[in-house]
Amino acid sequence: MNITLNGSHHAMADGASITTLVSQVTGRPLATDGQATDGRKLGVAVAHNSAVVPRSQWYVTPLADGDDVELVTAVQGG
Amino acid sequence: MTETSSVNTLNQPIGADQLVIDGVALGSRLIMGTGGAPSLDGLGGALIASGTELTTVAMRRYSPAETGSLFQLLVEHRIRVLPNTAGCFTARDAVMTAELAREALETDWVKLEVIADEQTLLPDAVELVDATEQLVNRGFKVFAYTNDDPVLALRLENLGATAVMPLGAPIGTGLGILNPHNIELIVSRASVPVILDAGIGTASDAALAMELGCDAVLLATAVTRAQNPALMGEAFKHAVIAGRLAKAAGRIPRREHALASSAMEGRAEFL
Repeated sequence: MNITLNGSHHAMADGASITTLVSQVTGRPLATDGQATDGRKLGVAVAHNSAVVPRSQWYVTPLADGDDVELVTAVQGG
Repeated sequence: MTETSSVNTLNQPIGADQLVIDGVALGSRLIMGTGGAPSLDGLGGALIASGTELTTVAMRRYSPAETGSLFQLLVEHRIRVLPNTAGCFTARDAVMTAELAREALETDWVKLEVIADEQTLLPDAVELVDATEQLVNRGFKVFAYTNDDPVLALRLENLGATAVMPLGAPIGTGLGILNPHNIELIVSRASVPVILDAGIGTASDAALAMELGCDAVLLATAVTRAQNPALMGEAFKHAVIAGRLAKAAGRIPRREHALASSAMEGRAEFL
């Protein structure tokens, strides 16, 4: 399936969850509660079709073809 | 310790007294922004030199190339993170950005910025009021970046803002505090912390903000774009303490004519 990630096309295996996507993009293995298994803070958040998905819900939230995902983190500013 | 001493029993200057916000004690009244720094190394040095314990960050799309760095830098130095909603023009965008920040950074503190246009970067009062109300209802601790308008500042406080942050001058201009009278008026009527935010150009501007009674100062550009950011960070650290001490000490009234500080009596007479 194809989704839009941060405004660009992104190919994913059918039925992949947000956990799979975040882990793939950040290169950090994630537990089912959405925390990084390396114990360090992950520092990212996800909006799925314009709704914020808490990290505890990433694992049980499947993505569908055509979905829009924003993956954000803290950068210099303000 | 004598009556006139400016140090407390811990040998700390009064000006370094803690700022307590939402039950959190901050050892420095200088809040730093991180925008405008050309490199992360330089930024780290400036943050440490400034002594800040609270620092703003922006929320942007994750990019695998440049990741981990800023957030990790702050975590390493035990600097608390204050996410902002920079770049938001509507209450809707600001609320969404705040929700993402809360999720990413695990804090319910947010510096709420809702700007009107890119040329002035001035807060849009109508959207700001709307966003403050929504975020307070969602359990956020709102640090509201606002115009130097005493009426608006009070409205934001009444809506439940945790702190109000009037601007000294537009963001990045370095023009200092353009309307000191309004800042004083905001301070005199506020019962939440007042943090002077934006427009600071150099150390004396921060000292003035504290002398006017502000509880803290937030700045970024003045340090990050200074020729020597670490040196300027240190200058601001002292300026905020100096201004706080001067406010506590009570300045002399301004007079029209000179007032001799040496007694006129007892002068020698020369024939």
